[in-house]
Amino acid sequence: MTRSVVDEAPVTEAPAPVAGSDPRLRWVLLSAGLVAALALPWFVYPPVAMDIVAMALFAIALDILLGYTGLLSFGHAAFWGSSAYVTGLIATHYGVPFPLAVVGGAVFAMILALPVGYPSVRRSGIYFAMVTLAFAQMVYFIGYQWSDLTGGENGLQGVPRTFFGIELVETESFYFYYAALPILLFGMWAAWRIVHSPFGRVLVSIRDNTQRARALGYEVDKYKIIAFVLSAGLTGLAGGVFAINHGFVALTELHWSTSGEVVLMTVLGGIGTLWGGILGAFLAVMLADYLASSGFDGIDLVTGSVFVLVVLLFRRGIWGTVRHQWLAWQQRRTSSRRTSAGADPAERGP
Amino acid sequence: MNAVLQYAVQGLAAGSFYALAALGLAIIFGVLGVVNFAHGAFYMLGAVTAAVLLDTLALPLWWSLLVVPVLMFGFGVVVERLLVQWLLRLDPLYNFLLTFGLTLVLVELVKQRYGVSGLPYKLPGALSGRVDLAGVVLPRYQLFVFLFSVAICVLVWVVMTRTRVGMIVRASTEKPELARALGINVGRWVTPVFGFGVALAGLAGVLAAPFRAITADMGNNFAIILFAVVVIGGLGSIVGAVVAGFLVGLVEAFGQAYAPTFAQILIFVLMALIILVRPAGLFGRKEATA
Repeated sequence: MTRSVVDEAPVTEAPAPVAGSDPRLRWVLLSAGLVAALALPWFVYPPVAMDIVAMALFAIALDILLGYTGLLSFGHAAFWGSSAYVTGLIATHYGVPFPLAVVGGAVFAMILALPVGYPSVRRSGIYFAMVTLAFAQMVYFIGYQWSDLTGGENGLQGVPRTFFGIELVETESFYFYYAALPILLFGMWAAWRIVHSPFGRVLVSIRDNTQRARALGYEVDKYKIIAFVLSAGLTGLAGGVFAINHGFVALTELHWSTSGEVVLMTVLGGIGTLWGGILGAFLAVMLADYLASSGFDGIDLVTGSVFVLVVLLFRRGIWGTVRHQWLAWQQRRTSSRRTSAGADPAERGP
Repeated sequence: MNAVLQYAVQGLAAGSFYALAALGLAIIFGVLGVVNFAHGAFYMLGAVTAAVLLDTLALPLWWSLLVVPVLMFGFGVVVERLLVQWLLRLDPLYNFLLTFGLTLVLVELVKQRYGVSGLPYKLPGALSGRVDLAGVVLPRYQLFVFLFSVAICVLVWVVMTRTRVGMIVRASTEKPELARALGINVGRWVTPVFGFGVALAGLAGVLAAPFRAITADMGNNFAIILFAVVVIGGLGSIVGAVVAGFLVGLVEAFGQAYAPTFAQILIFVLMALIILVRPAGLFGRKEATA
């Protein structure tokens, strides 16, 4: 291997989303996912199950940027955490049903994403990661300093769980799961719609060739900002549900380690796959839960090692690898069929 | 007036840590194209190593200033050979993520070994106390830190401009394509440059040891401010990294003096303004804008 300075490389290794992939397969996956989501709290302690689904939406929202727009945001904790705080504050002070509080949090995250996104999208690649990280740190310090509102290091405590007049107390996390699940599923559906819409196509074209997208007349920065704001909004939905689920908002939710954690989930699951975020979140939350319950206090040691290993050896991620194998298998099958039908295999190339 | 000068020296001392570490970050980025997230962790390791050397071998600060950077250089070489080199040909984001993972591991290891409370570091007698300069009383150590790091920066500058090695590194940093077109083997310098950048972060850590609380977490926020520093200075620029380092130190010190609530936030506001007005940074070239 010759060692040289990195040249202009594509932003991610992820392939473009496969247009017109088998619709039957899609329905099978979708039903399986839905059944899994509905069955989860029967097998996993319900508050943990809720964390998994919330984190899954968080990872999917990040993937809209990372996988489909080619922007690595290393500051998504700002939207996750600020929505958690705003949701918590609305629920505490106004006693509205929690879905409304969550929507309030998500709207706040989108509003916050405008001033953060506007300067950030002027830089791309590694600069974008650094700038978003720095802005998120700024939001963290605001949360830290403004302790009258956020509770500072003690966090925001005693967030109620009101669901249209019913108080879902701690023991009823099982029912809370089903009450909050539609919000998160809506978020995932929205992410899917965004990615597969004409707007999403433009995002992919920006990822693959920014110059060309610009030459074709698309206002690249505007598309990036919209994608950033949408991603922040979905992140906000997830963060809000997370806050209500715990009845408590910690300063950690704004911390850069949270931004890193969601990047890990997305990369582990597979960049540019949406589904991968769900797997990544499931594994990460279950692992953290297992380590915490077994009394191991060096979670970062495991998280960091997994990060290093995944980046070194497993960059496609779980879903990305599965999809890659599946596509390779399908291609082999169709090409062998063509060959037997008498088509010239040389025509297709390697 | 007196107070203003004191804040200025305090800011320049704090800026020294940023300047030295950002210099290392900028050189690594220039030659390897890697934004090293672990730079804050290396800074922390420098401080921790100095504290441990003082505690176990009673090695004084003077010796640590020499020994620790050498150790960190070796550590940097190991990290580059073992981890970073495999991702050099891919998108720089992968090495950013790799070094992020490495940061988590290093910080947690130090936390497990030395706990979360700070390690002590006593100043040598010659550097403690205050010095009276024409009626202005300044802490002696802060002056020392500032002068020492300026000396290092000048030294690096001389090496960069007056020696063949320096010119190669500078050419690789500022115009990598051209350097290669002229037949310079940029790849040969990758490992030593990474080690050198890590050594600078370690040196900043040693200097910070008597000045800051030595904890496993001390590098975390430091790393993020470093990113703001290099964005302000212009990521491709060596001079920019140093100037922005001192600038950010001053902003921090005056912010803490006059608006303590906003001290940390000010740095990021400055960064946002720079991005809006000069996206390539103060000393960055236009091409550096992606």
